Amino acid sequence: MAPILDIRNLYKNYGSVEILKDINVAIEPGDFLVLVGPSGCGKSTLLNCIAGLEPISGGSIAIGGDDMTNVSPKDRDIAMVFQSYALYPTMSVAKNITFGMKVRGVDQATQDRKLADVARQLQIEPLLNRRPGQLSGGQRQRVAMGRALVRDPKLFLFDEPLSNLDAKLRVEMRTEIKSLHQNLGASMVYVTHDQIEAMTLATKIVVMKAGVIQQIGSPSEIYNRPANLFVADFMGSPAMNLIPAKARTNGGGTTIEIARREGEPIVLNDPRAKDLPADVIVGLRPEDIAEPGFRHGETVQQADCRVDIVEPAGADTYVMTHLGGKPVTARMHSETEAAAGNVHTFAFDLAKVSYFEPETGHRLN
Amino acid sequence: MTDATFSPARRQSALGKTALRWGLYIILALFAVYYLLPLFVMVTTSLKSLEEIRTGDLVALPREITFDAWRTAWSEACTGIQCEGVRPYFWNSVLIAVPGVVISTLLGAVNGYVIAQWRFKGANIIFALMLFGCFIPFQVVLLPMARLLGMMGIAGTIPGLIFVHVIYGIGFTTLFFRNYYVTIPQELVKAAKVDGATFLRIFWSIFLPLSLPIIVVSIIWQFTQIWNDFLFGVSFSQAGTQPVTVALNNIVNSTTGVKEYNVDMAAAIIAALPTLLVYVVAGKYFIRGLTAGSVKG
Ligand SMILES: Nc1ncnc2c1ncn2[C@@H]1O[C@H](COP(=O)(O)OP(=O)(O)OP(=O)(O)O)[C@@H](O)[C@H]1O
Ligand SMILES: [Mg+2]
Repeated sequence: MAPILDIRNLYKNYGSVEILKDINVAIEPGDFLVLVGPSGCGKSTLLNCIAGLEPISGGSIAIGGDDMTNVSPKDRDIAMVFQSYALYPTMSVAKNITFGMKVRGVDQATQDRKLADVARQLQIEPLLNRRPGQLSGGQRQRVAMGRALVRDPKLFLFDEPLSNLDAKLRVEMRTEIKSLHQNLGASMVYVTHDQIEAMTLATKIVVMKAGVIQQIGSPSEIYNRPANLFVADFMGSPAMNLIPAKARTNGGGTTIEIARREGEPIVLNDPRAKDLPADVIVGLRPEDIAEPGFRHGETVQQADCRVDIVEPAGADTYVMTHLGGKPVTARMHSETEAAAGNVHTFAFDLAKVSYFEPETGHRLN
Repeated sequence: MTDATFSPARRQSALGKTALRWGLYIILALFAVYYLLPLFVMVTTSLKSLEEIRTGDLVALPREITFDAWRTAWSEACTGIQCEGVRPYFWNSVLIAVPGVVISTLLGAVNGYVIAQWRFKGANIIFALMLFGCFIPFQVVLLPMARLLGMMGIAGTIPGLIFVHVIYGIGFTTLFFRNYYVTIPQELVKAAKVDGATFLRIFWSIFLPLSLPIIVVSIIWQFTQIWNDFLFGVSFSQAGTQPVTVALNNIVNSTTGVKEYNVDMAAAIIAALPTLLVYVVAGKYFIRGLTAGSVKG
């Protein structure tokens, strides 16, 4: 099947400033693409380009197999939720939601039915006669969602639709969006700052930085095999530990030497790593540094380190130490005996280790 | 203790505050009186008989109130050779001002919408040129305008005068609406575009309903301009199409013999009443509309 959205070599300039550089993304029907990246990296701009609300400076955009590069937004068959809601201030909530259908000449009975469906789904039935000005931020956001959901477009575009909801409603809406995606088989492009949203909703994640795509992949690819230091640092919370180390090839594998603040360096053996340069950055998720005995296998090795800080976080306790000149976070059980100032034994599991080139930041394994 | 030591000082400052406040009120009242005095003289004079005006004091209240002068001004006073009062001219002014205000306000709204929200290439230059139009003195355009009206075949007619006022007003109304609409987030247009609405639909369904305060500003401004205009009225009209300001001038200037001050005053008040009325009815919105942009920004 043709990709539902196919972006090729897209460039976008505002005046002489390049905002988006050589964007190439394609998603299949039913895909849930999540765009993540630091504030100002061009996520909203990319959505606007897909919607046809901003002219692009180069490249092409196809939706549903048809070239849409020069097609006006209303003919692209898309629905969009804006970061700033963009509700029509003089219309009631109900009119806001049905405006698109009214403009497109949908008959009144269908309008009423769809409005009722969406209002129930989003729990905004009591608000239908209010004006947007009389709603809270979260309520407005749901109305903005409703305006998109009543339509049945080829592609949904969401710009941080849940950013203003309280934690509980956010989880509910997340589930709602996920089931909506599964039931409708709708294709979506979704911008978020929330790591959990990105990981739980996406079938595909695009990580952007300063208008350049850093990596495209499934959530597990992004999480387990980040393509560079930026992605490794950006995705995951607490962030991946990025520890400068020395690598030395020996016989079957590689030894990794990590400096400790006191005593000899830690020496870890990675039988699978090959052809590493002398200087590397070792990327280990906090959950891969744990209590001894927590994991087993030939990739697990132990070392003693002095504990700097202990941060209980409910189910887990994060234990901070210092390795290779950098603070390092380990994820321990909540009943850990680690205490600040004491020496504690850490177990390093290299099964999912990432190695990066320090200069370029590229992934090495 | 502290209270005792502090209270005299505090009382003194409170006293100073009251004095300041009263001083302010007195000054304001003086200004108000100064401003209202001419109106007072106009109203009282228009209610006096000629006899009383000749013998009495200018600022005194009328000894005997009579509406004769008003009746004369409205339907009998002579403007040159005709003696029908200001009535026919008053209606001419209405026929000129109402369409003039409506058309220029509508055009200004559309212009402002396009310039503020659709940002086409050169929008800023066009806006600057329109602003420039606001600063062209009336006198400069008189001759070219007369020629243009002649070519269009509407010289000396009421549509001709409407046309002149619309052209002259567009610069201002565009400025009002443009400044109002730039404070409205662009996302609204984007959302409506995605919803499938066309250019005019977005204007009609989303922007016009938002525009009440600025529409009121535009109406007041344009109505005052057009109703009070004399130069265009006297230049581009002929017998039968003259506006009330021209008639007023003729009444005052063309009487021979005894000056009927009471009739002049009554005619002047009649000519000024509609603008006064517009202010009273819409003034509240006027202030609100003028500040709307700054509050929202
Ligand atoms: N109309 C514009 N003119 C010039 N520069 C713009 C314009 N709109 C956006 N930009 C710039 O483009 C860059 C990307 O903006 P964009 O809104 O796409 O960021 P974003 O990734 O959505 O950020 P956030 O997460 O904060 O919403 C920013 O540096 C911004 O300053
Ligand atoms: Mg954004």
